[in-house]
Order: sequence, then C-alpha cells, then structure tokens
Amino acid sequence: MTATDPRAVTHAQPDAERIRRYQWLAILGPAVRTPRGAAGLGLVSFVVAIAAIGPFVAPYPSDALLTLPFGKPSGHFLLGGDFLGRDVLSRVLDGGWLLLLMAVTATAIGIAVGAAAGISAAYLRGHIDGLIMRTVDVILAFPQLVFALLLLSILGPKLWLIVLAVGMTHAPAVARVLRSTTLDISERDYVKVAELQGMRPAAVMVKEILPSLSTPLMVEAGLRLTYSIIIMTGLAFLGFGQPPPAANWGTMINENRAGLSLNPWAVIIPATVIALLTIGTNILTDAIGRVALGVDRGTEETALVGDLGLTEGRMT
Amino acid sequence: MSADGTPATAAGNGAAGNGAAGFSGDFRLDVRGLEIRSGRRGPLVVTGVSFAVRPGELLGLVGESGSGKTTVALALLGHTRRGLSVTGGEICVDGVDLLRLTPGELRQVRGAKVSYVPQDPAAALNPALRIGYQLREALRVHAGIVDDPESRILEVMREAYLDATPDMLRRYPHQLSGGQQQRVGLAMAFACRPSLIVLDEPTTGLDVSTQRHILDTMRGLCRGYGVAAVYVSHDLAVVSELVTEVAVMYAGRIVEAGPTTMLFPQPLHPYTRGLLASVPTLESADRLTGIPGQQPPPGQRGPGCAFAPRCDLALDECRVREPEQVAVAGRTVRCLRVAQVTAGRTEHPVPAPVAAAAAAPGTAVLSLREVSASYGSVPVLSGIDLDVPSRACVAVVGESGSGKTTLARCIIGLHQNWTGEITLQGARLARGARHRPKQALKQIQCVFQNPYTSLNPRKTVGQIVAEPLRRFLGLSRSEQTERVVSVLDDVALGGGFLSRYPDQLSGGERQRVAIARALVVEPDLLVCDEVTSALDVSVQAVIVELLRTVQAQRDLAMIFITHNLALVRSVAQFAVVLRQGEIVEAGPVEQVLAQPSHRYTAGLMADVPRLARPVPPP
Repeated sequence: MTATDPRAVTHAQPDAERIRRYQWLAILGPAVRTPRGAAGLGLVSFVVAIAAIGPFVAPYPSDALLTLPFGKPSGHFLLGGDFLGRDVLSRVLDGGWLLLLMAVTATAIGIAVGAAAGISAAYLRGHIDGLIMRTVDVILAFPQLVFALLLLSILGPKLWLIVLAVGMTHAPAVARVLRSTTLDISERDYVKVAELQGMRPAAVMVKEILPSLSTPLMVEAGLRLTYSIIIMTGLAFLGFGQPPPAANWGTMINENRAGLSLNPWAVIIPATVIALLTIGTNILTDAIGRVALGVDRGTEETALVGDLGLTEGRMT
Repeated sequence: MSADGTPATAAGNGAAGNGAAGFSGDFRLDVRGLEIRSGRRGPLVVTGVSFAVRPGELLGLVGESGSGKTTVALALLGHTRRGLSVTGGEICVDGVDLLRLTPGELRQVRGAKVSYVPQDPAAALNPALRIGYQLREALRVHAGIVDDPESRILEVMREAYLDATPDMLRRYPHQLSGGQQQRVGLAMAFACRPSLIVLDEPTTGLDVSTQRHILDTMRGLCRGYGVAAVYVSHDLAVVSELVTEVAVMYAGRIVEAGPTTMLFPQPLHPYTRGLLASVPTLESADRLTGIPGQQPPPGQRGPGCAFAPRCDLALDECRVREPEQVAVAGRTVRCLRVAQVTAGRTEHPVPAPVAAAAAAPGTAVLSLREVSASYGSVPVLSGIDLDVPSRACVAVVGESGSGKTTLARCIIGLHQNWTGEITLQGARLARGARHRPKQALKQIQCVFQNPYTSLNPRKTVGQIVAEPLRRFLGLSRSEQTERVVSVLDDVALGGGFLSRYPDQLSGGERQRVAIARALVVEPDLLVCDEVTSALDVSVQAVIVELLRTVQAQRDLAMIFITHNLALVRSVAQFAVVLRQGEIVEAGPVEQVLAQPSHRYTAGLMADVPRLARPVPPP
C-alpha cells in the first residue's frame, strides 16, 4: 500500500509515456476533451466527411445538365438546380475535396516557410534577423487577398499558383509569431548546452528548438487553415478557382447568387458548409490554445503544478 | 533581538485603533485545524495545521517546496490558489475568523488588518506606477484608517529605512535596487498598521548583505508595531536568527513546532534534524548529509507518517499509523519514535568532517590571464587572473552583479566579448564556443544554475545524457547506453531513469541529470554555475555532497560558482572573492574564511545568516 521507494509515487502512468513522445498528441487529447474542442472537432469532421465521401455518394455527375436553371427542390433533385440546371446536391458533395486539399497544402507551405523564417530570424539574430523581418514587414503591408490577386493576375489563374500564393501570404504572419516564441526558447540553458556540444545552428534549431514549438505551431496551423479556406473561397468567388465546369463551394456562391430568389439553396448550402468549416477549425484551434496555456486545464492539476513549484518546467 | 518588554509597549502606540475589542487571549493570530483540499473533495493539501502568534512575535513556517507552507501563508490572507479550497478549521485575527467573512468584508480586512510581503518585490510592484502612488494605494483603499495619509507614508518610509523624500516617491520601481524595492514592499505592508503580516520568503532574491539589513528592518518593524508576523521560508539559518517560534511543515502537516531557542539546538523530529543537518556553515567543513528522496505530493500520501519513506528511524508501525501530535520538551511533535529520540536512544546525526582532499592539487588545468569582459560597452570583468589546479575545486564567490556568471560564460565560450588569455592544458582557447575545436569543448563541461531550463523537456534522460557521447566520442549505441547507465549510477539515479522525461523529475533529480551529462564525456574541468541556488536546502546538501565526491573520485578540476559563502567550505579547496568584476581576495579556503584579508570578504562573512548548531541530546 505504502510506497517504500519515495520516488515511485511521483511518476506518471506508463501510457502517458507513449503520448509524450508525440507532443502534439499530449495537447490534442485534452483539447478535444473540452466542450469547446469537441464541438470544433465535430464541425470539422462533419464538413471533412462531406468533402471526402461526397464525390462517391453524389447522385448525379456534377457537370450534367439535368433540370431547369434554378429549378425548385424536388424529389429527384433535393436541393434544386443551379444557374445551368445542374444538381446542386451533387455539386455540393463534389465541390469540397479539392478546396480542402488546396487549403491544407497552402497552409502547410505557409507554416513551413514561416516557421523556417521565424525560427532562423530569432535564433541567428543580427543581419539575418533584420533581413527576414523587414521582408516580412513589406509583405505584411499588403492585404492577403490583394497580394494573392496580384500574383494571380500576373501569372494567370493556375491551381498550383493559387496554392502557392495563398501559402506565401501566410508565411509572414507565421514567421512573426514563431520568432517571438523562439526568442524565449533560444535563451534557455538546454539550447546553450547544445551549442557547447558543438552542434551546428541548423541542427540546434531543428533538434532542440523545433520540438518545443509544437503548441504554437498547432495553433498557427489551425488559424491559418481557417484563413486559407476563406481566401480560397474568396478567390473562387472572384473567379480565380478551378475552371468551370468543376464544382467548388466558393464558385457556387458566385454563380448562383443571381437566382437567389428562385433557388436560395444553391447559395445557402455552400455558404453554410464553408461557415461550419471555418467556425469548426477556429473553435478547435482555440481549444488547443487554451489547453496549452492552462486556461482549461483541470483545476486540480493547475493547483498542484503551482504548489510543487513546477510552473517553469511545465511550460510548453 | 532582546527586550521582551518592547512588544507590549510598542503594540500600545504602534497598533492603536486596531486593538483590544473583540479579541480574547494573548494571541493576535490563532489558526486552528486548518484543512485545505484540492478541489472541494479532492486530496488533502494541508491538514490539521494549528498555530498561534502573539503580538510582536514572528513565527517561522519552514519546509521544503511542496510542503504546503505557501498555501497556508496565503490562507492566512483568506486566499487560496485556483483549484484549492479551505474545507475546515478557522483563522482568527484579533478574534475574527477570516474564513467566515464575506468577500466584501475580506476586502476590508486585506491590506488593512492583514497584509502580505511577497517573495519577489520586482514582480510585485507595478513597473508602470511611481513608488509614491503605490504606497498611497493601500491608504486610499482603506480611507480613514489613518488621519493623515501623506505624513503616514513619510513616517512608514523612514521606519523602513527608505529616503522619505519627494524624489523617492516620484521614482519607478526599476530605478530602485532590489533591497530598496523590498523596503517599499515592507512599507506598503505596514502602512495601515496591520495586525497580521505574512512574509513570503521576502529576502530570497537578495544578496547576503542586503538580506541582513532587510531582516533587521523587518524585525524592528514587527516588534515596534506589535503585529503578529508569519515568516515563510525554506532557509533555516535566516529563520533561526529572526523568529521566536518556528513550525516545521512536511507534506501538508506541521511535524514539529516550538520556540526557536528549544527547537534549533535540539530538534526532535527526524525531518527537522535532517533539515538542520543540510544547512552549510561557515565555521566548519562539515559533510552535508541532506535528506534523500522527496516529499509525496498531495493525493499520494500513504496512510502512515508521510516522512516514513525518507526516515532512517522509521519502523513498520510508522508506515501504517499516522502519528498524533504530542507535546514533548516544550514543543509539539508528530513522530511515533519521539520517545526514543528524546531518550537519546538513537544516535544524533553528527556531521562528519570532510576528509582532506584525496590527492594534492597539481599543475594548472585552466589559467586566466588579464581577462576583462564587457556587455556592450559596460565592463563586467576587469583583469581577472585565475588558476585552476588539477584535482582541485576553486570556488568563485560574489554577490549578484559581481561578474561571477560572466566569468563562467567566458570560460565555457558562451560570452564572446572578452580580452586577455584563457588557456586550457596550455592551449589557448578561442573566444566563442563555435570557434573552439571539439576536443576543447569536450574538456570543459558545465552545469547550469536552473535545472528547470537546462534539460530539453522533449528528450528523455537517456537521450540527454547520451548526446555528448555521440557528439564528442562517436560511440556506438550500445557503448553509449553502457556509459550512460554507469554515469547515472555515479550520480545516484540509476538506469531506471533512462526513459524518464525531465518534467517527471524533481529539481534535485534534474540537477543530477545535468551533472551526469557533464561527467559522461570525462571532462578535465567542470564549471558549476550556482548549481544549487534553485534547490531546497535539503537537496542542495545532497547535490553538493555528490559534486564533492565525484570531484575527488575522478580527479576533476572544478570551478564552483556561488553566492553562498557557507557552501564554499564544504566543496572547495581554493576560494576567489569577486566584487564588481575584480578579484578582491584569493587563496586556500581555510585562509580566506579564517583570516579574510579584505574588508569586503569579512563583511560578506559577517552577513551570512548563522544557524545555532544542534547539540546532541544528553
């Protein structure tokens, strides 16, 4: 009953051990268990499921002219027809996967480039810091959408370019956030120890600093994903998206708004799906951020952490 | 220090208006059966805590971190940290139970009747507001408590030995020294003439000399105002000089409490005895024993005595039955074996003197010649000459700002802006670590001050300790593991720690890992920068003893940087005293400590808080 070895009592359960190895799991788990996180995850999964399964269950081909333009919903066409008389339901089911894929890729590009820039700026300091951060300032001076439009109007609306343009517009903001976090971490003694072991700067950044940045990276990724979706649907609405006749939630809003009074579902449904997705990612991101900061952590743990003077060591 | 008559008279004039009505007995503060839980029904954090303080008296609340002493101290202000709640007991200040007050009434009491002096004045003072504004704040909130706020502020500033000038009131906190900031904290706490003051280790961050002055001021103020004061600290030496009564806390309980004059010379509880044996002294080079193991956190305390797993007197009964509080020899103790202890049937841990260094110091491993360093254009070190002989430990002592950490950073290559010459085994060292060859990096290893930031939280102990082996020696994986396990054994951790992560370890264990990481490549020189200042006294003793042993066993040369003169004798053979970037005194430890030739060293020594040495019971 009593532990004879005084040390034995303080160790975490063994399965916590495996989670530790993957730091993002350690945060994601508790985050999803909060009401906020669960709601966010639920919304995101719902929309992702529509986008992923949709193309396989769509009743009709998305580009077939089957009904009247802006035809009312009927037994055959549950959400009616669009401006050319195509089935709205099929187009909604088919119009998400590419948008999501592009948004995720763009976010990944933005996070990778931004993180590399931000971490090197903070760790290397000096001229490199100045160069990177002033470049960031210049790019940040343009609104994201305008910057993306600028690139697209010069090079033409190609899908890879949309992804790249949106990704690059994320990078500066990501760089700023990660620079400030890295500034703090690079002053910690374990980074100094690595330097004293003769580790190269690049290795120090990847092996010592990057793992400690998992939380801000996750929060940034969620936030940027939301923005990616908004910008991409915005671009699609403005006509820079997949070329017709492909289905796309953003394009659908633009195409069908003329017939809003005839068949409102052709606009409402794609708009709702986009809204659910952005709200979902946002709530989930918020939950992750709160858990990482300890706002939503169990009262018990917070108290004990403070009581045992572990606050320093528990920083994420 | 003396004059028992003063509290009564001073209480009369000092605490006029707060007094008499409604409080019975001689106690200003009376805590009975305090019980604090995590959550409403969670595990007990603090239980059965009772003590009382008379006007003008100071009670010391002592214990390792995690013992619940700060939790109790905050409860005295009617406050609990998030997630904790008071589930029983009463806290009476002048006869009023704070725990029964409404939040509104509590606000009336806080700052006026009970006040608080925090640990870190730099963090507690608002950096954006002037001192004057912050001092007036309490008097403004509790309007009408003093007749003339302006003159009251000047009065309390004079009493706290601050310049009572308009110029001082206009300053911002960052324009004051650490000592002055803490004096402002004291002045704020005393401004409303409170009945109870809670002092939360208010001198921890200060130099010994400043600490000495603050402690004197504090004592004077408490006596003069006739307040009941509770002084929370882990530093027994400070407590033994300052307080009249002391309560030792362990795992949320008071295990021993009584008058300082009784308890310190003759501690009865094994925990108190362990704590006292951990305190280093200036007078003798005693081997510090420390207390192995660590405190069980709330919720993991077994049915018996919480100290039993760490106690060398523990019987089987101790692990099953929780000891009751008994009154023995003028104090209360919670220990089943107290009868045996008082009867002297157990041997008292008499500190063993440190054996003479195994091998005579040899030629210099590291030499510094005319080393001067600066931060930007601010000079930090000037003209440092220092030799570190092989097989010897050189202690570098100085107050904060003396440049001792910069000296370490120059040697290990983290600070590049220095001139002069540093040679290791006769070879000149480049300024920055990046320009030094691998061999030189391997030869000098260091242990940093704060074990909470010196280990990467995302790596296991095994990975952390193996990393230098991989980098410097390029050993195969199996050879690495072998050496890692053997060095972990050397620092008394063992192979069981290989797959642990730093946040599963206590402060002392983390520091052992840091030491293992430094030792694993078998360096010629070990640089230890304030390695114990973030640790409890009991852990400090264990770590210092460990360093002493490995240094002797491995014939290491070592630089031990510290602000604590008392530690020097336990660990070093040579001492160097730094002051404002210059060496004011250097020589063998015995000589420096016995006959300090510089006034500064003598002053430092006089200011070190001293502990009344325990006398073995007859």
